[in-house]
Amino acid sequence: MRSVAGPLAGRRTLETSPETVVRRRRGFSGLQLRELWEYRDVGLFLIWRDLKVRFRQTAFGVVWAILQPLLLTAIFTIFLNRVAGVYAYNLPYAVFALAGVVPWTLFSRALITSSTSLVESASIIGKVYFPRLLLPLASATSYVVDFAMSLVVLAAVMVVYGVAPTISILFVPVFSLMALAGALAFGVWLSAVNVRYRDVNFLLPFIVQLWLLATPIAYPLSRIPRHWQTLLGLNPVAGTVAGFRWAVTGHSRPPTAMVLVSAGVIIGVLVLGLVYFRRTERTFADII
Amino acid sequence: MATAIDIQQLGKRYKLGDRVHYGRLTESLANAVSALAGRRSSGPAQYVWALQDVTLAIEEGEVIGFIGRNGAGKTTLLKLLSRITEPTTGEARLRGNVGSLLEVGTGFHQELTGRENIFLSGAILGMRRAEIRRNFDDIVEFAGVGAFVDTPVKRYSSGMQVRLGFAVAAQLSTEILIVDEVLAVADAEFQRRCLAKIEDVARSGNRTILFVSHNMHSLRSLCNRAAFLEQGRLRSVGEATRVVREYLESAAGSNAERVWDDEQRRPGNEDLRLVAVRVLDRSGALVATAMSSDALTVELELEVSTRTAGTAVGFDLESDDGGGVLSAFQLDADEPPPLEPGRRVLRATLPPRLLDGGGYVVSPRIVGHNGRPIAHEQGAVHFDIVGDHRVRLLEHVSRLGPVALPIDWSEHHG
Repeated sequence: MRSVAGPLAGRRTLETSPETVVRRRRGFSGLQLRELWEYRDVGLFLIWRDLKVRFRQTAFGVVWAILQPLLLTAIFTIFLNRVAGVYAYNLPYAVFALAGVVPWTLFSRALITSSTSLVESASIIGKVYFPRLLLPLASATSYVVDFAMSLVVLAAVMVVYGVAPTISILFVPVFSLMALAGALAFGVWLSAVNVRYRDVNFLLPFIVQLWLLATPIAYPLSRIPRHWQTLLGLNPVAGTVAGFRWAVTGHSRPPTAMVLVSAGVIIGVLVLGLVYFRRTERTFADII
Repeated sequence: MATAIDIQQLGKRYKLGDRVHYGRLTESLANAVSALAGRRSSGPAQYVWALQDVTLAIEEGEVIGFIGRNGAGKTTLLKLLSRITEPTTGEARLRGNVGSLLEVGTGFHQELTGRENIFLSGAILGMRRAEIRRNFDDIVEFAGVGAFVDTPVKRYSSGMQVRLGFAVAAQLSTEILIVDEVLAVADAEFQRRCLAKIEDVARSGNRTILFVSHNMHSLRSLCNRAAFLEQGRLRSVGEATRVVREYLESAAGSNAERVWDDEQRRPGNEDLRLVAVRVLDRSGALVATAMSSDALTVELELEVSTRTAGTAVGFDLESDDGGGVLSAFQLDADEPPPLEPGRRVLRATLPPRLLDGGGYVVSPRIVGHNGRPIAHEQGAVHFDIVGDHRVRLLEHVSRLGPVALPIDWSEHHG
């Protein structure tokens, strides 16, 4: 069997044409990354579509992308910092909170949008073939644009409060990628579960709320006993946010152990999610 | 000739209910719990074969039509070959790039403009950006949406959306093209242009086309071969005209009869009510589809309670794109007898060669002597005509209207 190539390749004669074999696959059939690459145009257009629709349909457009993390930070600053007296020790609280809220916002939005991506594209899935994995990938990736805009805001806030970054800022892309990978790890899995069990649609917003509270975003890690901190890394967002915050501000020591635990969890969930996705995608068109 | 598509014992089984309901976590949990407790909650799973044991080889450059009534497995077969869903048994090997057109406007987003949707839909169907850009002007022109190309498609009429969707898909240049009955939604004029476009593509010879249609006329004119599916199985394959004939003779799509069983709901008034309307062939059998050269009978069955004289009982005959053909009533006859109480059957015979190929609907009507409508059952029965008599020398000349009565021509010195 020759490789399974998409319709994207150019014209050929039949003798050199790709052969597609349609048959029932059993077990895990690999990640088919090559096929994903061949269909990259579809993925790029899906990202482009999501961005166009998002920034055209909303009255505030771009403002909306940065307003949400700003408002969340404002609420934290007023209620947790001023009222409840939560401090971030050596950082201005607003900078501390925003540096946590920014990666959290990327994670939570990418997670929610990728989890619903298949169900929302039900009509396309039933009518045309392309690697289904492109749907959660594209919808999550489109939020990188919103994230980039909120980074600009974060930089502005740091300037206002006079917080200068250190060399650790070079790690910002690493932890940004970690936030996206974390969202995809759960999003790819949940998107496939959502095809069969629509309960995901109702449960997810609630879970995300709890997740926000269970992650040290509004309160500093130092409030948690040191020997528990590494264990907290089992919540992959905890390690991601802690790492991102360290990278941006360069204050205190890097939370290395915790980050490694989180990265391990993300890789594990990502692999399991991809396997589950690959195993169930054959029946998407039948039951969606 | 090389084989472009080799299908071996392809089959698709659905779990009954799977397509209709999606599961709920609670149900699965409940099932899991009762399974643990050693009880089965819903008995053995029920399965249905949508497609079974289909073996077929399609040559390179062939245009093959698939026919069969709804649920015969046509769309399932196309979906398997397009890799949208996976077969349960068997396999198919396709040599060459595959493009499928199972819907007009695949991937359209209502908020995006015509221009944006051309690129989006093109990409989803499998075209490269450069290819779409190159064909952009052709697409806009073919769809006839020039002035609206930067307007969101949600402001388009449904007709415009269909035209734009087809125009994009018409540019698909894959070696294998899979087309479901996508034109049924377009208006008649646009259907003609699309068929001409598909015909162009088909004639170019090097592309393999799989085509599903209920329009026997276009199917016969486009396809070299046809495959007739019945209840998920391949009943016959062969020369298009022969297979179409076999399909018609099996009276497969039986919309040719409408019976009102419930006495309370029969159309009419206290004097007379309609019981049934049927379209029959010469032997008195129901016909879903007939040849243009066949004589057809429209039968109206009535329950008459009171002797009725001045009431007109008849029907409207329309082509299914909405064009009226004629209205006929029993009172048109010379000295029609009054309708006596009891079951009465009225038969109207349509002359052979009256209608050209296409779909037609019969709408029975009852009109009181004062012109007041008593009953009008719009589109009660449906049948298809396959044109088999028009001299097809003038293929490049399109003809107007559904009436195909042969016209006598003679030439005289002026």
